[in-house]
Amino acid sequence: MREKIEEKLRAAFGESVVSVSEFKGQVSVEVKRDVIAEVCRFLKEDPEFEFSFLSDICGADMLNFEDASSRKAYLAVEHDYRPEEVPVAERFLVVYHLTSIKNKERVRLKVKVDGDNPVCPTLTSVYPAANWYERETFDMFGIVFEGHPDMRRMYMPEEYDYYPLRKDFPQMGVPGSIPLPRK
Amino acid sequence: MANSSRDKDNVAQIVRALEDKDTNVALEDPLENYMVLNMGPQHPATHGVLRLLVKLDGETVVECIPELGYLHRGYEKIAEASTYMEFIPHTDRLDYISPIANNVAYALAVEKIAGVEAPPRAQYIRVIGAELARISSHLMAIGAMAMDVGAMTVFLWAFREREKLYDIFDLLTGVRFTTSYTRIGGVAQDLTDETAQAIKKFIDEFPHHHAEIMKMLNKNRIFLDRVVGVGAIDAETAIGLSFSGANLRGCGIEHDIRIFSPYLVYDQLSFDVITEKEGDCFARYMVRMREMLESVKIVRQALEKIPQGPIKADLPKKVLPQKERVYNKMEELIHDFVIVNDGVHPDVGDVYVTTEGSKGELGFYIMSDGSGHPWRLKIRSPSFCNLQALPYLVKGQMISDVVAIIGSIDPIMGEADK
Repeated sequence: MREKIEEKLRAAFGESVVSVSEFKGQVSVEVKRDVIAEVCRFLKEDPEFEFSFLSDICGADMLNFEDASSRKAYLAVEHDYRPEEVPVAERFLVVYHLTSIKNKERVRLKVKVDGDNPVCPTLTSVYPAANWYERETFDMFGIVFEGHPDMRRMYMPEEYDYYPLRKDFPQMGVPGSIPLPRK
Repeated sequence: MANSSRDKDNVAQIVRALEDKDTNVALEDPLENYMVLNMGPQHPATHGVLRLLVKLDGETVVECIPELGYLHRGYEKIAEASTYMEFIPHTDRLDYISPIANNVAYALAVEKIAGVEAPPRAQYIRVIGAELARISSHLMAIGAMAMDVGAMTVFLWAFREREKLYDIFDLLTGVRFTTSYTRIGGVAQDLTDETAQAIKKFIDEFPHHHAEIMKMLNKNRIFLDRVVGVGAIDAETAIGLSFSGANLRGCGIEHDIRIFSPYLVYDQLSFDVITEKEGDCFARYMVRMREMLESVKIVRQALEKIPQGPIKADLPKKVLPQKERVYNKMEELIHDFVIVNDGVHPDVGDVYVTTEGSKGELGFYIMSDGSGHPWRLKIRSPSFCNLQALPYLVKGQMISDVVAIIGSIDPIMGEADK
């Protein structure tokens, strides 16, 4: 499974396939941000794979993931907590889970997105289901999906200023950020 | 008086337009306008706090926009600050109609990344719990859907059966509703003989009550008129919209994760995957009805095959010790303290584990940084994805069909809003 995907994707996309790895029997493919829609379309339409079912899209904030000493700090709950420096290069990860109902296989795709200008191409033209998944990711991380037909927040109020699942957003929330309705 | 002055204005407008060849005349006619109706979030037929904005042309739905987030509690954020053990009670509150199924799905995901495997007896107990939860969830779905289209009796019958299931959960887990039953590497308490007897009694009696509901609805003219051919979706669109669970099988696609990638001991039990071809509300209803009997079949086999043995894996660094030993043994006390406070330390990496939940593909994506907390925990909730298809299903239907379609999708907002 892993070899087959690696071989086919490298043949079709060359340098844009950054890495292929396997962990606990699950295959992850990291690709360059700009080709994600084409890679998904390829995996969906190739008769050998037929990944026609998009299980999930989610974001992840990798802020200081490698740096063990600062990791504890992000569990701070105080609302005035701010990290000293926020590295911006390749801060976010967008993770896609594709399923092939026919072949009973799954594959995970990963894309790195910068922190200062978090944009990523949309998948809505390949999988209609990407619509709400991408809206949720935008709501939680502020990653803008270019070309998305309806880039609104999914859960939080429209006028909310923060992106709650970013690591620099405090656990206890920001007091006063959600005003009570006027009487 | 007002009318005549408006007529005069209109006439003046037309005259002006006639004089100038380039202008268009646009007169307002109230009968040709669309109406926007706001359903919910506090609406008895929307199953929780679902809000729909429905654009109507007369009684026909032109467009529908669901608005979510009224029950958003930020569980994914909470997970990042709690240990893997601490998050188990939160999974009850996702799909609160079938809490054990959620507990099982979460425990499986953590076990996968931590490299723990529950002993066989615990796996059988989990299967029994998850299948009883599925029956409970489907009864709720069918009861609520029937009530939405006017069959109150079925709702009461379904709740009578669910009450028996809650008594069983009470015996099995110690609580009726929010069970928090699984532990990493096993389950909290053993299945006693008394519980096994109660489950056996239930599955012996249930097919009879199931047949009663079938008899009540399947030849009921009013019910059939409200659901047959309503809210139909074809297989290709359904896959494109990531429809899952009973809803997807209602479109004729044989996709069941218990078969697709068998987990627990499902590969040792025999059962059928139920499909219906039509893809309308009645097909979804029929899939749920028939699936309950398959669940009964699974529970019966599991009760027969269940082996004796421990209910927790023997891995002291990762699995909580039995409570009675914590009070008497030094080592167990230390391990209990470390696991509760510091947590399980899985390898650095990420896994995505799915189960066939009561509503569909229930998945947990866990990204670990090697500490006792998940770095990122994503809940792939089936209700969220199924709701996404709602605008497609209700388009072109009557406003009164919207409630029947919502009932047939069976969304639970606790899960959709996380």
